[in-house]
Amino acid sequence: MSIIKTNNLTKKFRELVAVDDVNLEVISGECFGLLGPNGAGKTSLLRMIVAASPPTSGDIWVLGHNLRTDSRQVKANLGVVPQLDNLDEDLTVIQNLVTFARYFDLPKEEAKQRSREILSLFELENKHDSRINELSGGMKRRLLIARGMINQPRLLILDEPTIGLDPQAKHLVWRKLAELKSQGVTQLLCTHNMEEAADICDRVAIMNLGKILSLDTPQKLVIRHVGKTVYVIEVTSEEKNNVKEKLKNLGLDFEVVDNRIHLFHIDSDVVIKDLGTSLISLQRRPGTLEDVFLRLTGRTLIE
Amino acid sequence: MKSFSWRFIRVWQRNRDVFFRLWRSEIPVMVAEPIIILLAMGLGLGTYVGVVNGQSYIEFVTPGVIAGYAMFSASFECTYGTFIRMEHQRTYDAIIVTPLNIEDVTAGEIFWGATRSLLTGSFILAVAAAFQLVHSPWALLILPVSFLTGIMFAAIAVLYSSLVPSIYSFNYYFSLFITPVFFFSGVFFPLSSFPEIIQKLSWIAPLTPVVQLNRALISGTLTTDLLPALAYITGLAFVFFAISLRTMRRRLIV
Ligand SMILES: Nc1ncnc2c1ncn2[C@@H]1O[C@H](COP(=O)(O)OP(=O)(O)OP(=O)(O)O)[C@@H](O)[C@H]1O
Ligand SMILES: [Mg+2]
Repeated sequence: MSIIKTNNLTKKFRELVAVDDVNLEVISGECFGLLGPNGAGKTSLLRMIVAASPPTSGDIWVLGHNLRTDSRQVKANLGVVPQLDNLDEDLTVIQNLVTFARYFDLPKEEAKQRSREILSLFELENKHDSRINELSGGMKRRLLIARGMINQPRLLILDEPTIGLDPQAKHLVWRKLAELKSQGVTQLLCTHNMEEAADICDRVAIMNLGKILSLDTPQKLVIRHVGKTVYVIEVTSEEKNNVKEKLKNLGLDFEVVDNRIHLFHIDSDVVIKDLGTSLISLQRRPGTLEDVFLRLTGRTLIE
Repeated sequence: MKSFSWRFIRVWQRNRDVFFRLWRSEIPVMVAEPIIILLAMGLGLGTYVGVVNGQSYIEFVTPGVIAGYAMFSASFECTYGTFIRMEHQRTYDAIIVTPLNIEDVTAGEIFWGATRSLLTGSFILAVAAAFQLVHSPWALLILPVSFLTGIMFAAIAVLYSSLVPSIYSFNYYFSLFITPVFFFSGVFFPLSSFPEIIQKLSWIAPLTPVVQLNRALISGTLTTDLLPALAYITGLAFVFFAISLRTMRRRLIV
């Protein structure tokens, strides 16, 4: 069953096309990741899905409702963690949660109890009565995530949830997300953290310039775009063209970045031997989502 | 056009909670300023002015000061307050992904602004009553009039806030709109003492009918002349309310 479905979804800011004809489907119970470079349109896409931004064209269904007509019902079951911190600075930590619970019509006592629980879940109980500007960046981030869970949402939308968190806090958030997933909470998140995408997302879409370039499980994306193993060879400037020529003749899939050559989709060392002594160094490592990301969205220096 | 729902109350509650949390900085200001102006004008200036329209000067200015401070309360709340919440703290961005829509947020801000007017109006009225400046039980109707005045000025302020680029823009709002309105609405002098052209212009100022209403209510001299004044502020309140709902959506839902 699909929890989010977009149909030819487009968002323009004047001439700029931030989201370009996207058809996306997020399935019930999965954790879906959006990856893409800065300005790819991830936040613009998420903001449309949470009804904070109207599409220029196209349709969105969330939790079985058309967002154009039934946004209130949808939002009641949504948990949103925005990219930019918008905690209520006029309120204390606990008041932020209780006040937020009230927007969702939680009864007062339940709101207080849930707020206390969720605060200790994110290890913020000793900041109970602090003001927002007394929190560190990572604490604010944790509170923002906690706030997004106050209404026990069926769908969580997280825009770079773990940015600025220390490793402990990051793992805490990942554990919490995994636990929610096991309870059937669907999750859509965008991130620049490849480890996060590979570890917690069931499926990942890679976006650039408003379009989805590729979409699959992290493992399949790696197999499809870079292969199980990636070779990185370093060559001298003089030898570079020579080596490139050889690789081309061998019909290999490779990419040159400065004096390094990345070789993809290679299953044996055999070919490398042919390159002879022109190599400064050779590294053999597993292909990663980061390789996929860089291949699909481009490096700053591509020859 | 989208309208607001009962959920606006959630924003009203949020603002109320903040107000009472910050009462040490909010309430003394709310209380002190109108009292100072009442004493300075009524007693200080009053000794020179003497009797106006058959009343002592302090009796004459009291209903106008209630009207004026009802205006100020809503105007401050829904210019600086609204703009900071909207642009600097991004509070509304967080609220509109809950079941509340931007119209609920806007209505909550306006009704909270009006509540500030009601609180201020009640307070000055109580002080005036304590000094035996209130001569009719009709004066209690000043409270709903203050609330309506609050809605009108809060809506105008929210409309302005939804259009301006920065917080500095409010200097114009106060020096070119609110302050002139305060001085040309018959608060301190009967309108008849102005040249005819200013008398006419002063009827454009939305505070003039409020001063007229308050003055009649506090002395208990009700006439049918008051109905157009009431209709005028009710009409303006409705119109600006409706426009501000639209302009806030246009600004925040991009
Ligand atoms: N309110 C806006 N007005 C005009 N242009 C906008 C607005 N919001 C986003 N854009 C533009 O839309 C494009 C996509 O921005 P978006 O914030 O969706 O990117 P993103 O993928 O979330 O990037 P990041 O990883 O940096 O958060 C960018 O070119 C951005 O400048
Ligand atoms: Mg973003």
